[in-house]
Amino acid sequence: MTTRLIAPPRRLFMSRSAHATLSAAAVGLLAGGSTGARAQSTSSIAADVGILNVALALEHEAINAYQLGAASGLLQKAVLDVAVTFQSHHMAHRDALVATIQKLGGQPVAEKKLDHYAATLNAGTLKNQADVLTLASKLELGATNAYLGVIPAFGDKGLAQVAARLAADETMHYTALMGALGRALPGGALSFGA
Amino acid sequence: MAAAALLLAAAGAAHAGGDVQRGQRLYEARCGGCHSVEADRIGPRHAGVFGRRAGAVAGYDYSPALQRGGVVWDTRTLDRWLADPEAVLPGQRMGYRLMDAAERADVIAYLAALAASRPSTASCSADSQPRC
Repeated sequence: MTTRLIAPPRRLFMSRSAHATLSAAAVGLLAGGSTGARAQSTSSIAADVGILNVALALEHEAINAYQLGAASGLLQKAVLDVAVTFQSHHMAHRDALVATIQKLGGQPVAEKKLDHYAATLNAGTLKNQADVLTLASKLELGATNAYLGVIPAFGDKGLAQVAARLAADETMHYTALMGALGRALPGGALSFGA
Repeated sequence: MAAAALLLAAAGAAHAGGDVQRGQRLYEARCGGCHSVEADRIGPRHAGVFGRRAGAVAGYDYSPALQRGGVVWDTRTLDRWLADPEAVLPGQRMGYRLMDAAERADVIAYLAALAASRPSTASCSADSQPRC
């Protein structure tokens, strides 16, 4: 069975401590901030939980996509290090989303098995580092636009802001991956989002 | 893959009022975070979506709203759905809105062209994942 992160022990320790701290802060921001300041209807809260679970499913997929890439043996060391870092970001996103969903009384959507993601992402077609990075960049772009696209649907503005922050992380990932691939960024403004 | 591309081109640059090729680029950028043409990911697959009843892909965990909604996907229903899914089927889980009408037309044109290039299926069995 493969380990969760393909990384040297020291980096693994740093990743765990970093994302534990972030999760605590993120929980405070997401679950204890403005979400409690305004009264929301039960149906509005349920709708927000539904959107948060879509986001959580995205994060589960991203974590596993990076796991597939890291375990592929196709990544150079420096690129692998970045992939592990990006995976840790998605894990922090996941932890914050799980905590928020639970705080709102919802049931977090479960992660599927790695084999499921390997099949649905056509991992078997990845033949080199560029293939892995291309897949990652497409997923990050999709996640950016998904987060931006659901912002108007949130009943709680605090959660909408968090979606924007999550989108910012994904945009950072996308930009870095495009740079690693040597591909041009969009030439025009306002290319992301609905 | 190449055959599918040729079929898409043959379906015409303009379909259902939008541009198929622009629609494909938009689909990959805006919808690709959750959806694929041939696999169920965060959202259900879109192969054969035109003419399909909402909530009909076997094995995908739809919300009750989609399962009982009774909507059949066509140009009009997809346009309304992509503009505001909650207004169409309250209690849905997608949440995502594609606000620009021209972009919706392009994406819908692409989805309609998909239907023209793949067998139309009312439902897909889970065993056929990821191809249907």
